[in-house]
Amino acid sequence: MKQLSTKVTSNGHGQDSSYFLGWEEYEKNPYDEIKNPNGMIQMGLAENQLCFDLIESWLVKNPDAASLKRNGQSIFRELALFQDYHGMPEFKKAMAEFMEEIRGNRVTFDPKKIVLAAGSTSANETLMFCLAEPGDAFLLPTPYYPGFDRDLKWRTGAEIVPIHCSSSNGFQITESALQQAYQQAEKLDLKVKGVLVTNPSNPLGTALTRRELNLLVDFITSKNIHLISDEIYSGTMFGFEQFISVMDVLKDKKLENTEVSKRVHVVYSLSKDLGLPGFRVGAIYSNDEMIVSAATKMSSFGLVSSQTQYLLSALLSDKKFTSQYLEENQKRLKSRQRRLVSGLESAGITCLRSNAGLFCWVDMRHLLDTNTFEAELDLWKKIVYNVKLNISPGSSCHCTEPGWFRVCFANMSEDTLDLALKRLKTFVESTDCGRMISRSSHERLKSLRKKTVSNWVFRVSWTDRVPDER
Amino acid sequence: MKQLSTKVTSNGHGQDSSYFLGWEEYEKNPYNEIKNPNGIIQMGLAENQLCFDLIETWLAKNPDAAGLKKDGQSIFKELALFQDYHGLPEFKKALAEFMEEIRGNRVTFDPSKIVLAAGSTSANKTLMFCLAEPGDAFLLPTPYYPGFDRDLKWRTGAEIVPIHCSSSNGFQITESALQQAYQQAQKLDLKVKGVLVTNPSNPLGTMLTRREINLLVDFISSKNIHLISDEIYSGTVFGFEQFVSVMDVLKDKNLENSEVSKRIHVVYSLSKDLGLPGFRVGAIYSNDEMVVSAATKMSSFGLVSSQTQYLLSALLSDKKFTSTYLNENQKRLKIRQKQLVSGLEAAGVTCLKSNAGLFCWVDMRHLLDTNTFEAELELWKKIVYEVKLNISPGSSCHCTEPGWFRVCFANMSEDTLDLAMKRLKEYVESTDSRRVISKSSHERIKSLRKRTVSNWVFRVSWTDRVPDER
Repeated sequence: MKQLSTKVTSNGHGQDSSYFLGWEEYEKNPYDEIKNPNGMIQMGLAENQLCFDLIESWLVKNPDAASLKRNGQSIFRELALFQDYHGMPEFKKAMAEFMEEIRGNRVTFDPKKIVLAAGSTSANETLMFCLAEPGDAFLLPTPYYPGFDRDLKWRTGAEIVPIHCSSSNGFQITESALQQAYQQAEKLDLKVKGVLVTNPSNPLGTALTRRELNLLVDFITSKNIHLISDEIYSGTMFGFEQFISVMDVLKDKKLENTEVSKRVHVVYSLSKDLGLPGFRVGAIYSNDEMIVSAATKMSSFGLVSSQTQYLLSALLSDKKFTSQYLEENQKRLKSRQRRLVSGLESAGITCLRSNAGLFCWVDMRHLLDTNTFEAELDLWKKIVYNVKLNISPGSSCHCTEPGWFRVCFANMSEDTLDLALKRLKTFVESTDCGRMISRSSHERLKSLRKKTVSNWVFRVSWTDRVPDER
Repeated sequence: MKQLSTKVTSNGHGQDSSYFLGWEEYEKNPYNEIKNPNGIIQMGLAENQLCFDLIETWLAKNPDAAGLKKDGQSIFKELALFQDYHGLPEFKKALAEFMEEIRGNRVTFDPSKIVLAAGSTSANKTLMFCLAEPGDAFLLPTPYYPGFDRDLKWRTGAEIVPIHCSSSNGFQITESALQQAYQQAQKLDLKVKGVLVTNPSNPLGTMLTRREINLLVDFISSKNIHLISDEIYSGTVFGFEQFVSVMDVLKDKNLENSEVSKRIHVVYSLSKDLGLPGFRVGAIYSNDEMVVSAATKMSSFGLVSSQTQYLLSALLSDKKFTSTYLNENQKRLKIRQKQLVSGLEAAGVTCLKSNAGLFCWVDMRHLLDTNTFEAELELWKKIVYEVKLNISPGSSCHCTEPGWFRVCFANMSEDTLDLAMKRLKEYVESTDSRRVISKSSHERIKSLRKRTVSNWVFRVSWTDRVPDER
């Protein structure tokens, strides 16, 4: 008799992909400015390390929050015992207000509709358990965060059917792509329960356009299915455009208290905006009472430590801090992203225009030997082993076109980023096609710049969040 | 089309039982010495509130641990980023050593075989996912912790088949009961994947005897199935007998590196011994590499906050603290339990002899109108609404005999416990049957005391851990 479940013996956890090779290689030979200057630079990790100083200053000025005290008095006992799966009220209130602030206070979040979870990993899985039976499917636009294969499918038995997006229009979601995906699911005899998008997109680093959001809301309305909007990167938007949440669109379409609003759910987390993946803070926001109720009970399996809820409720309740933080965070992300983009350009590599996230979506199609995923993997191995940069290949996010890579910029110092770009430039120039390609890249760059006037958003970013176990 | 999953629409979460009525009633009218002296006293909550002062003192002497510092330097950034699902190495080491200390250092725990989880709630569920397919069954001795119905079955699709234990032998597990349960599962066409016991028992507050553990190990060997030993209360043993873990038995039977040892898994948590349910710290210990590997990946869905791992690794690494704590904890639990037992005796209520846990298993069969569960529920309602004590009825732990109740003693002050006992005594004395019953109770108590010489362990305790959501 089989002693262990198929969940153990299969590879549903999704960690067998060659993608993880880069991780392992990095672990064996990690770059260190002093101790290992020739080591591998980690550019496959979507972490936000740019604003810790702001939080550290706040901690110094507010020592009670971490020390389990309130007004100088120990509240250790209260926190030690607090395991109410409804979550700490002051924390949920502070989270709701923070989410509102990120959206320019244009929409409101009711703390009672928030369900806390141990990270968005847990939040997404819980939502799947609530919305899908084993064998049901969710439609996801490609490319998507590799971790979804595990988070949405592994223990739930749900399926993912891709909505194919292409570079021809900057990977935007189109109506025909949505319909095709829906029909594909039907062909596979899978009941479609909803659509899940990450907005701003992971791995594509820009925000969904209003057009796309409207399209999605109309689509789920007509099909009577759900829409999950994972807005984990909502606070990383650094362009001049505002972040448009699905909640904005519901409001603008006057759908706020309607039946369809009950099928629109938002997932959030403090792992990216605040750079706190270790603290395991995620949330589900839903207008459907039954979902809030069931998800709340399920959160018993992944509650947020009361110690952490207390610290963060104090932090996020400080509005002076939150507004300065959000502003500064965006400034620094913008400047760091520009650095990466220019560095890539000087290596003759285009980076599609993005204005959010912690990464860029890099077009290396011109460096492929052939327009195949095998060639992409070969190129990737060279970059990992020869150039010693761990970047993430598009195939692991189910991108339909070979040659795209995600490169992170917010998890290292400026100097390390400069070094990485220097190495890359050296590599490109040293390859046989280097000289030819640089030239045609420059030409392509010029023509791209012309196109920006026509309002296309080249959304190209690769965020690899699988390293949430690192 | 059904829009929400059956997990949402069914009552698999187990929270519809009338048992929760007591909870709700308590919430509406909670006892407070000053503000609400006639309110309901909470005796249905297995929390350990007896030793917070020891931890608070330690925190005051070691401010770095909570303050996110090491040697006075901020390590906030390091902790904020730490999300490795292998867990903080120093924490796992400290946890392993703490588990060894609880077992008198007779057995060793290898930190690399520990998988952290957000509480034992999460740990148990994860183990189910690893060992059982939907429709497979685990055998559990009754009575058992009500939360298992949710933790083991709800999202996993696994089934529980009871091993019926009775008061005739102090609710000990017998070979025939094990065989009967196994056959019952087969009749129901369920594949038995293992046995799960809580040791010390929840809801029965004493330890499994060596005989029982040997029986279990032999049983799972012969059937080629798993044994999960939830040892969450291992640090609450306060009698003169030592706690015998399944790990002790494996060692004594020279089975430590055998094939059967790979099918024995221990679950632990700091929620009871240290009284820290709010911090969400649980662990799985397994000798099976595949289980450790899969459970580690699954722990992504419920990682322990790095802030909490750091605090507790400092606490548990302080051996002076841990040995003082364990000693003092046991002393205080013993005294408080004796207070409850005498208080009950004065009301003519026997409490079966126990030497572990945070509760007593109380025999109120003589107070029932009829020997039925309906009568038990009637009695329970009277105790909740009239006596204003929230205690837990045996039926909600699947006890096969009506009339048993679990009463907690470690979650309130001595004065509150005295008041509760006073109220109970008044109630018993005021009922019609009390005169007859008191007399027969006294006789019964005398005969029980005679029997203790014959080494029967009257293990009667009811621990209700469902109140992990309050």
